[in-house]
Amino acid sequence: MAFLRKTLAIVWKDVVAELRTREMFSSMLVFALLVIVIFSFSFDLRVENIVQVAPGVLWVTFAFSSTLELSRSLAVEMENGCLDGLFLAPMDRSVIYFGKMLGNLVFISTIEALMLPIFSVVFNLNLIRPLLLLTVFLGTTGFAAVGTLLAAMAVNTRAREVMLPVLVFPIILPVVISAVKVTGGVLDGAAFSEFAHWIQFLVAFDVIFLVVSYMTFDFVVQG
Amino acid sequence: MIEIQGLVKSFGHTYALRDVDLKVGEGQFLTIVGPNGAGKTTLLRILATLLKPTSGLVNIDGLHLASRSDEIRRRIGFVSHQSLTYDKLTVEENLRFYGRLYDVVGLEERVDSLLQLVGLRARRHDPARTLSRGMQQRLSIARAIIHQPSLLLLDEPYTGLDQQAAEMLRTLLQTVNEESRTVVMTTHNLQRAVELCDTVAILTSGRIVCEMKNENLDLNRLREIYWTYVGNGVTS
Repeated sequence: MAFLRKTLAIVWKDVVAELRTREMFSSMLVFALLVIVIFSFSFDLRVENIVQVAPGVLWVTFAFSSTLELSRSLAVEMENGCLDGLFLAPMDRSVIYFGKMLGNLVFISTIEALMLPIFSVVFNLNLIRPLLLLTVFLGTTGFAAVGTLLAAMAVNTRAREVMLPVLVFPIILPVVISAVKVTGGVLDGAAFSEFAHWIQFLVAFDVIFLVVSYMTFDFVVQG
Repeated sequence: MIEIQGLVKSFGHTYALRDVDLKVGEGQFLTIVGPNGAGKTTLLRILATLLKPTSGLVNIDGLHLASRSDEIRRRIGFVSHQSLTYDKLTVEENLRFYGRLYDVVGLEERVDSLLQLVGLRARRHDPARTLSRGMQQRLSIARAIIHQPSLLLLDEPYTGLDQQAAEMLRTLLQTVNEESRTVVMTTHNLQRAVELCDTVAILTSGRIVCEMKNENLDLNRLREIYWTYVGNGVTS
């Protein structure tokens, strides 16, 4: 119970701090919009059936905009030595991981919730479907689970803004591939059994990385 | 209260602490003085469980630092030259956040009494970033004692404070120590060292070279002793 209470205290702190300035929120939103607009214009010129590339564009947009939030989430804890403040608290250090991970999940999901209708309009597709929303949730959990752990690893490096994408993208590649497969399957109207294994893969990826992060976070942040 | 035996801390081939032995009794105010790079911050960060020692024994309240760090964290408050507070949160929100992490019972009352103690009640709804350096340091002390720790660790708390803010901080530290808390403070300012403490220890090149009671110890005498052990570069 204390574990959950403290985890939620960290999420609350991040949400309150972000709501006060909305700095990251607006940056992520504008960035995601720009990526969609650029892809939309460039594919309009050469691609005959834009629906075929839509799943890829959607997930590349989500992956790119996620890294903005992921690199910032631990970096804010370096200001005024706040990370030390968290380490000083009498709690398992995985509380910090889950607090930051859930905060990232909330922020990234909020941006995605805003982007999905815009994406639907730009690409003339209906993306507000239960199975797609589930895929977005699973994919985003994967981004947040891996990204939070690697952000903690990169936070003490000098070039952390550059380091994080270099570390994150190779590891989340399976998430992007699976999510694109499921999204494509749903949009093409394929039978569930044709892409069910990709959903299973996303679930397995999330569980594995949440468990690995829980077990290794203390070691990662010891430096 | 604090018992340190043969403490060694190295970063690669560089030794920050070499064979440090120290005992601090309950309710005692120990000031550790030493030049920059002497190992003061390293020693305090080890006591605060933020760094792991390379070797040696550290017990706090009879609890072994390496194996009982969670219990030790409940008993310590740590103030560094950084405030450890969130700029975007208000003064009150910062205290409430840390209070939740420490499972403080009666949090609202505790926050209220701390704001009164550190003289920030009028600024409780202001973001921490709008506070002056002196006020931030007072907020930092409120944050460090929100869970009523029995041991307060202060790492160069006077850094960057003007005379007035430093005087307010001195009064506040006196009040905190009078609540029978054990205090360990590091500073390179000898005047600050003799003002409040019961005991002064000189740390240089990672070694405690001298430890003395504050009885009959004035600034000139301390400066003389310090000069003998450390050499030139003594600050006022």
